[in-house]
Amino acid sequence: MSTAATTVAPRAPGSPIISRIVIYGLLGLFALVYLIPFFVMLLTSLKPMPEIQHGNILALPKEPTLDPWIRAWGEACVGLTCEGIHGYFWNSIKMVVPAVAISTLLGALNGYVLTKWRFPGHRLVFGLMLFACFIPFQAVLLPMATVLGTFGQFGKTLINLTGMNFGFGNPTVNLVFVHVVYGLGFTTLFFRNYYEAFPTELIKAAMVDGAGFFQIFRRILLPNSLPIIVVTVIYQFTNIWNDFLFASAYAGSGDVMPMTVALNNVVNTSTGVVEYNVNMAAAMIAALPTLLVYILAGRYFVRGLMAGAVKG
Amino acid sequence: MRKLMMAAAMLATTALTAHADDVKEVEMLHWWTSGGEAAALNVLKQDLAQQGYAWKDVPVAGGGGDAAMTALKAMVAAGNPPTASQMLGYTVLDYAEAGKMGDLTETAVAEGWDKAVPAALQKFAVYDGKWVAAPVNVHSVNWLWINKAVMDKIGGTEPKNFDEFVALLDKAKAAGVTPLALGGQNWQEATMFDSIVLSTGGPEFYKKAMNDLDEDALKSDTMKKSFDNLAKLKDYVDPNFSGRDWNLATAMVINGDALVQVMGDWAKGEFVAAKKVPGTDFLCYRFPGTDGSVIYNSDMFGMFDVPDDRKAAQVALAKATLSKSFQSAFNVVKGSVPARTDVPDTDFDACGKKGIADLKAANDGGTLFGSLAQGYGAPPAVANAYKDVVSKFVHGQITSSDQAVEELVKAIDDAK
Amino acid sequence: MTSIATSNGGAAARTAHRPSMRARMQEALPKLVLAPSFAITLVFVYGFILWTIYLSFTNSKAFPKYVLTDARAYQRLWRWTFESDPPSSWYTSITNMAIFGVLYVVFALAIGLLLAILLDQKIRGEGILRPIYLYPMALSFIVTGVAWKWFLDPGLGLEQTMHQWGWTSFHFDWIKNKDYVIYTVVIAGVWQASGFVMAMFLAGLRGIDGEIIKASQIDGASPFQLYRRIIIPLLRPVFLSALIVLAHMAIKSYDLVVALTSGGPGGSAWLPSNFMYEYTFKRNEMAVGSASAVIMLATISAIIVPYLYSELREKAR
Repeated sequence: MSTAATTVAPRAPGSPIISRIVIYGLLGLFALVYLIPFFVMLLTSLKPMPEIQHGNILALPKEPTLDPWIRAWGEACVGLTCEGIHGYFWNSIKMVVPAVAISTLLGALNGYVLTKWRFPGHRLVFGLMLFACFIPFQAVLLPMATVLGTFGQFGKTLINLTGMNFGFGNPTVNLVFVHVVYGLGFTTLFFRNYYEAFPTELIKAAMVDGAGFFQIFRRILLPNSLPIIVVTVIYQFTNIWNDFLFASAYAGSGDVMPMTVALNNVVNTSTGVVEYNVNMAAAMIAALPTLLVYILAGRYFVRGLMAGAVKG
Repeated sequence: MRKLMMAAAMLATTALTAHADDVKEVEMLHWWTSGGEAAALNVLKQDLAQQGYAWKDVPVAGGGGDAAMTALKAMVAAGNPPTASQMLGYTVLDYAEAGKMGDLTETAVAEGWDKAVPAALQKFAVYDGKWVAAPVNVHSVNWLWINKAVMDKIGGTEPKNFDEFVALLDKAKAAGVTPLALGGQNWQEATMFDSIVLSTGGPEFYKKAMNDLDEDALKSDTMKKSFDNLAKLKDYVDPNFSGRDWNLATAMVINGDALVQVMGDWAKGEFVAAKKVPGTDFLCYRFPGTDGSVIYNSDMFGMFDVPDDRKAAQVALAKATLSKSFQSAFNVVKGSVPARTDVPDTDFDACGKKGIADLKAANDGGTLFGSLAQGYGAPPAVANAYKDVVSKFVHGQITSSDQAVEELVKAIDDAK
Repeated sequence: MTSIATSNGGAAARTAHRPSMRARMQEALPKLVLAPSFAITLVFVYGFILWTIYLSFTNSKAFPKYVLTDARAYQRLWRWTFESDPPSSWYTSITNMAIFGVLYVVFALAIGLLLAILLDQKIRGEGILRPIYLYPMALSFIVTGVAWKWFLDPGLGLEQTMHQWGWTSFHFDWIKNKDYVIYTVVIAGVWQASGFVMAMFLAGLRGIDGEIIKASQIDGASPFQLYRRIIIPLLRPVFLSALIVLAHMAIKSYDLVVALTSGGPGGSAWLPSNFMYEYTFKRNEMAVGSASAVIMLATISAIIVPYLYSELREKAR
């Protein structure tokens, strides 16, 4: 893997200056187009309502105001509670972090087994797990609810027996479980395809040295997995953070409601003057953790390479 | 990472041990999350708080209750129904048929709901002789909402029939105002079409076609003419109407960009929220040719079959919902009228007073009909098949009224 | 992460003094590690698929009914498949799926790969550009849908802006047009997904062995040839991952359609997932909803399984 660090990007043809201009030009153009919706949202979130109703959506605010942000943070109504959306971060975080961690770890282990510890039928197992990615969530909503209901009953029995339910029936635990179940296919896919290209010689050498299953995983594969961990975490974090269907169905009440459901309740009101500025501000606030993950994680694309280089 | 997992595990357990048997609580699923509605519902919450019941809020907005109904189905499938849920028409009956609803008959008899609540609503609130839901309000959909300033400018007067309505729209068009504010979403188009059918065919025909689903009525020339009338109205809509939300269409009327919107009385909530006064800023007329009849829909709180230790809270909630004070306070804000006919109309504005009087008259005269577009005319499968046809007609997939009628019969037959 | 690894590793270590046991343990361990994931998948995916298939042969309406009746749901879907004038909702959904699926996957792959290759040219400001391409995935479509809806609305967004800037003949009203609305869904969908595809390709590019590239550079291959002949073929596993991710997002693109178009004029933007949700939850025709899910899954497997088969077989060589 040491060589990965020294990736030599091939030089573009023709004069280096012209090719550089083309490269930067294209990148800049795409960046501009990608930013349009963000600008629309940002500009809208900084305008007072009359300006939104009568102005152009791409025009700069004439009287910029931070009021919508303040309202979205601390005053917007989520159902009957009007304390803004800041209180729902924690509900989402305590669901997302364990779900991402567990599904990523399991995916890495599965990918490791499926590439380096192959057994007869490994392709069938992988194929079945992969195809599982395609099940429409709407189709599993009700049977899963029934299963979670059974967990809840079991939890009640446990309380009677031991005074504790060990997480059975807890809505947050339920959501973690659901997201791990339906994230496994992807995390396994990502790691399997990454480890596929990982030199098997290194593993064989380690085995000759007497390293065991988990030692090889921890000492050799994991340190070289940063780019794919980044991709997996980004993918899982976004999907789970932004999930609305499961969250609204399994954890709808105020005290456990994840951020997406709260945001939806602010934004998707069916009556009343729609406060677009507050909605846009709320959406950006709600997306802060994912944005943060993207910016932080993105840096590790490069870090990952350097780790590989140091390892040698 | 180890720390995080431990923290998560600790959180999970603490969250659970606190969740002991707390019966002094109502758990309420609803999609009333906008400021005005939430404020109105808060009246109920405080009412219950005074009796010592906590309010566990389960708000799920979106899709006019679609998202909430999906969540409800999951909760019921898991065996944890809420104490009560906001529900519409046939949904209540579906859950009742599946044996998921509670029984409030005792309370209903004691409180005299049988006499106070119109029979048309009882059709949905009572299943198999048992009260399973508490109606919150009665909405009516056959209304015109008109900007008075624009009306004065073009010198218009209240249209008494469909032709006068078209003439009025022509005047607005000549004056350079968008005549008709419409949101091009299927339920809005179909809601307007409910009124057109009533206007074109009269009360008898509406009931036959839209509530009894009589095939002869559905494929009659009167139905064809209704579609032709819909096509006429479509000429007065601005080119960007497709996909517009209903409250944006209402805003067009409020701001004077458009003359009139055909919409249920929840539109009045928008005018009220914008500090507009009926009679001076805006006008509410019945859809031309439908005076004397009311096409209704109603929000209900479905009461679920909850464990015995939660029943007292449920009864308290139901009682509070149908109390005269809540019925008045809530509906003043919402734009609708009370679900019981014995609530004084003193707090209501002119449009509200007319709505209450109309409801009473229609109830007595037998001209109170369920809105097919709003799911009070037929079960959801049929109602949505109907919306499909109307919307495809408006947007050009269906090209003639002959074809529309043919498709309507076919779609409804298929969905039955 | 380490806590689990060490505890299990400890179990393996304890058996270390008995070599035969240890060897057997080592052999069984990988399967033991994989087993929970596989079991969960079998129950919660394939079990539920069977449940859905079962329901599609019943008369389930608002709630599941477990009495088998007939294949009426499939008969109706089959009939709707050929109703094109006026188009049935099912006909619209499946034709849209074909258009959307192909365009979405192709454009997202092409743009993602292009951006990844460009970003890999040792450029300055990668740290700024990368999040710009990625952020669309971070935001919930509940709200970015609104921003796109405005931008594409002729009365509010691009068209109006162009008119204000003096280009009055500019015309762009796809989102209001029953024949073109699906293409606006493609635009917003590609915008959302292509950044993530870029990230996958970038991770892949950075995992490629530099020696190979050096070797071919010495051979005098032009950069274009290098990418076409050497690098892109090496990215094959990434194509597989990207394709799976995109295909699954295409099939599950429910919120996209709702947030952007509310179903489109006369329901003309529907995709099968909208159809399925509508019939299962809104129209109380659970049997039809289940049948449509089964057909979706069957179609996907008809497309994906041969691809997977050839992909996985070739790698085995």
